[in-house]
Amino acid sequence: MKKDHAQLSADFNANEPRVNWHDETLWWIRQKRDKAANTLPEWEELREAASAVKYHTLSNLSEYLQQFEANAHRNGITVHWAADAAEHNHIVCTILKEQGIKRIVKSKSMLTEECHLNPYLAENGIEVIDTDLGERIVQLADEPPSHIVLPCIHKKKEEIGELFHEHLGTAKGEADPQVLTAAARLHLRETFLTRRGALTGVNFAIAETGEFVVCTNEGNADMGAHLADVHIACMGIEKLIPLRQHLGIYLRLLTRSATGQPQTTYSSHFRSPRPGQQMHIVLVDNGRSTQLGREEFRNSLKCIRCGACMNTCPVYRRSGGHSYHTAIAGPIGAILAPNLDMKQYADLPFASTLCGSCSNVCPVKIDIHDQLYKWRQVLMKDGQGGAMKTASMKVMNFTLSSPGVYRTAGKAGRWFLRNVPFVVNNPLNPWYKQRDMPEAPQQSFGEWYKQNRKQ
Amino acid sequence: MSSREKILAAVKKNQPALEVMATYTQPEREEDLLQQYSTVLQAIGGTAVIVNTMAEVTHYLKEMWMGKGRIVSTVPGLQDLAEIAGETDPHQFENVELAIVPAHFGVAENGAVWVTEELLQQRVLPFITQNLAVILPKENLVATMHHAYDRIGNASYGFGTFIAGPSKTADIEQSLVLGAHGSKSMTVFLL
Ligand code: SF4
Repeated sequence: MKKDHAQLSADFNANEPRVNWHDETLWWIRQKRDKAANTLPEWEELREAASAVKYHTLSNLSEYLQQFEANAHRNGITVHWAADAAEHNHIVCTILKEQGIKRIVKSKSMLTEECHLNPYLAENGIEVIDTDLGERIVQLADEPPSHIVLPCIHKKKEEIGELFHEHLGTAKGEADPQVLTAAARLHLRETFLTRRGALTGVNFAIAETGEFVVCTNEGNADMGAHLADVHIACMGIEKLIPLRQHLGIYLRLLTRSATGQPQTTYSSHFRSPRPGQQMHIVLVDNGRSTQLGREEFRNSLKCIRCGACMNTCPVYRRSGGHSYHTAIAGPIGAILAPNLDMKQYADLPFASTLCGSCSNVCPVKIDIHDQLYKWRQVLMKDGQGGAMKTASMKVMNFTLSSPGVYRTAGKAGRWFLRNVPFVVNNPLNPWYKQRDMPEAPQQSFGEWYKQNRKQ
Repeated sequence: MSSREKILAAVKKNQPALEVMATYTQPEREEDLLQQYSTVLQAIGGTAVIVNTMAEVTHYLKEMWMGKGRIVSTVPGLQDLAEIAGETDPHQFENVELAIVPAHFGVAENGAVWVTEELLQQRVLPFITQNLAVILPKENLVATMHHAYDRIGNASYGFGTFIAGPSKTADIEQSLVLGAHGSKSMTVFLL
C-alpha cells in the first residue's frame, strides 16, 4: 500500500533540524510576501478584482476558450485540445516526432508534472531537460518538485553540491550557491543552444488577443523558446483571462504573493511564432471541467499558482511537499487532487488544521480552508474517510479551528490548551509567530500526527 | 466527438450562471516616477543611470565595456561601439557580452521595461546576452502595471516582454544569485 500524507510526514519529520529549517525558510518567504503586499494600499481591492475577473471568466469559459482558440489560430499558433493527461502527452509526443525532435528543453510547467509527461516522453525515446534551476536539481536527484514555485526548497545546498559534483563535474564539497548556479548556467546554455524543441507552461492566456504570458525569474522559458524551431506551450483551460488589461491585476499580485518581489524578472507575451518557427498550444482539461461543475469546489480553478498558501501553511511547512504525493502540494493541491481521484487522495483534505491562513493570503481569494472542510464531508459521505480520519478530524477541528478555544485567552483556557493530551508546548515553534493565528499549541508535527492517527 | 467538442460541451454544461465582468480602477497617486523607478530597479539588482544626452550613454558604455567582448545594439547611432543586431539566426548571439536595446516605457512600481520584437530585432537578444543595457526616455515612465497596459492598449506585436532587472534565482537554499540563464546585469539609461 502506498504511504499516505501522515506516514510521509512522519518520514519527513524524522530529521528534526531539517524540518525546522524548512519551516523557517518558508515562513521567511511568507513574511516577504507580507511586506510586498503591504506596500500596496489597494491590495485588498486588487484581490477582490482578481477573484471577480476569474469568476467571471469561469462563468463564460466555453466562450472564452473558443475566442482564444480563434485568435491564437489567427496569430499563426496551432491549438490542440486534450481531454486528459494521456491525450496531452500523446499530442506533445506526436508534434515532436513529426519534427524528428529527440531532445527538448522544458521550463516550469506544473501541468506537465500533473500529466507525468517526462516519463512518457522518455519511454518514447525523447529526452527532456528541465531548465528551471530548481527543477533541474530535482530532476538530477530523480525526485518530483516539492513546491510549485520553489521546486527544491526541501534540499540543502550540500546535497545540491553533491548532485552537481556527480552530474556536472563541480568540485567535490563545493556548496556555494553562487558557484553552483554558475555551473548550472554553463551546462544549460549548452543545452539551450542545441535543442530544437522547447516546452513551456503558461501563466495567463488572453482570450481577446490569443496571446499567452509566461513568467520566470531565470529567463529559462525565453532562452528555450526563442532558440527552438518548435515551441509547445501547455496550459490548463483555467488559465484564461478575458482581456489583456487584466494582466495588470494579476501580474501585480502574482510575484508579490509568491516571493515578495514586485514582479518576476521576465513576463513574456507570446503572440505569434517568430519567422520560421512553429508554435503550438495544448489546452488541457484533465478533470477541470468536472471541478467546474462542483459548485463548492469550482473556486479552486481561480488559482494562479503563486504558492503563497503553501508558504503560510503550518502543515505544509512541517510536512514538506512530497508528503502530499501529488504534483501540486499544499492546501491548494489538497483541494485539487481529490477531484482527480477521490480514493487515492482521500488523505489530503485531512492534512490541514483548517486555520485559514491559506485563504487569508490567497491573491485570488479562494476559500481554501472552507473547501478543505467541504472535501472532508464529501469524502466521509463517500466512505473514503476511514476511522483514523474520523478521530484526527475531531481533534483537529476542535483544537485548531474552533475560534472558541482560541479566544479563551484567560487562565482556564490556557490550562485547557496545555492539557489537551497531544499538545506539547514549545515557544520556539514557528506556529507561535503566526500573527493571524492565535497560539496554536503544537510541537513536533510528526509526533502529534502519529499520535492522533492511533487514537 | 472530438476532444475539443467534448471539453467545450462539458465546460458549457458545468460553468456557473454568467457573472458580470468586474472592473478595477487604480487610484492615482502623486509620485516622483523617476525616483521611484531608480530605487526599485536598484533594489531588484539593476542599475539606473540618469543621463542628459546620448553622448553620455556612449561615453559610459565605452568606459565600461569596450574591449570586453562582443557588443550588439539595436539602437541607432552607436556604430563606433557596437555592431547592429540585424536579422540573423538567434544562435549567433551566443557570445554577446553586451546588448543595447531601446524600450517603449518603464514601470516605476516594479522597475520593469516593456520591449517588443521590433525593438529587439531578435527575441532572444535580451536573454542570451551576458549583460543588458536599455535606453529609456525619462518621460516614458508609468506608475503601475495598469498604466502599462493602458499604454500598450491594443498594440500588435509578435512578442513582447517586461524585463525587471537581471535574471536571478534563489533556488539553492533561497540565497539570491544574479545571472541565472538570462543577462547577469541590467543597466537602464534614463535619458
Ligand atoms: S490557491 Fe491561492 S495562494 Fe494557493 S497557489 Fe493558488 S493562488 Fe496562490
